[in-house]
Amino acid sequence: MRPATRRRAFLAAAAVVGGLLVWGMGGLPPAGVYNGPYGLVLNQVAVPERHATNVVAAVTFDYRGIDTMGEEFILFAAVVGVAILLRTMRGEAEHEPEEEVRGRDVPGTSNAVRVAGLAMLGPIVLYGIYVVAHGHLTPGGGFQGGVVLATGALLVYLSGEYVTLRRVRPVNAVDRAEAAGAGAYVVIGLFGLVAGGSFLYNALPLGTTGELVSAGTILPINVAVGLEVAAGFVLLLSEFLEQTLVLGASGRTGP
Amino acid sequence: MTILLAAVLVLVALGGTAVVLTRDPVNQAIVASFYGLLLGLTFLILQAPDVGLSQITVGAVALPLMILLALAKVRRGSR
Repeated sequence: MRPATRRRAFLAAAAVVGGLLVWGMGGLPPAGVYNGPYGLVLNQVAVPERHATNVVAAVTFDYRGIDTMGEEFILFAAVVGVAILLRTMRGEAEHEPEEEVRGRDVPGTSNAVRVAGLAMLGPIVLYGIYVVAHGHLTPGGGFQGGVVLATGALLVYLSGEYVTLRRVRPVNAVDRAEAAGAGAYVVIGLFGLVAGGSFLYNALPLGTTGELVSAGTILPINVAVGLEVAAGFVLLLSEFLEQTLVLGASGRTGP
Repeated sequence: MTILLAAVLVLVALGGTAVVLTRDPVNQAIVASFYGLLLGLTFLILQAPDVGLSQITVGAVALPLMILLALAKVRRGSR
């Protein structure tokens, strides 16, 4: 297709899609106007019923906790899939990480990056823990806090060497942490089944609204999700880095 | 409020266009990261801080990181 024809086809398609978008958005209710009954009811009952000041967390980790369990296992399956796809293949052999090989003209990490990375490591990990632990009080929770925690591992890689990351990340421990996080969600659900009569029933004491230890099972579920997400992302990161920096084909021919 | 929203929506439109117009995949990952940050800001202004935080962690950190790592792997494999 000639560029001119292609541009004409694009402009026609863009005009149609743009027109439909404007037409559709014209029919939306104004920002802030909400007509569904479910959200209004939740806003009324979530704080007295669950003692969670973050109503979003009360919905995702309690009222609709089973949906969130599904989401957690989607991530779990995705990470396991990547780990299986990137496993050490026959014909691949470990060699020295490229960063370690002398004479390769890779610019070294600058001291500014090292210092900034190390200085940010502590605050980032602390912030990640804060976001996980306060999910039922303020915006945040296990998913967001877990990713923030995992960026700590990225900072270690950026400010040190890959070898350092390998040392602080014993692969078995990360594997187990990921599985334990995913499993703990199910265990908390079964606890609700035993103690309260339905899966994921919030059977723990609700405590005082606004305190760190309150809102029953929402906090432990957030911790489980945070562990799973952080371990999952560290696993993804290290599987990719392993593939890129350590593994290489050793005299293998063909595809 | 409306002015803030209009401003950030214009920035999102510009950011999306910038992602499309950046042709080199490595640069594109960085521009996409910035675009993810803008989307997170939009959700914050629309008073959905939970979604905004998710958007920032996934759109501005996790997604570009995965793209960069995958690119590094592909480039190494083809050498």
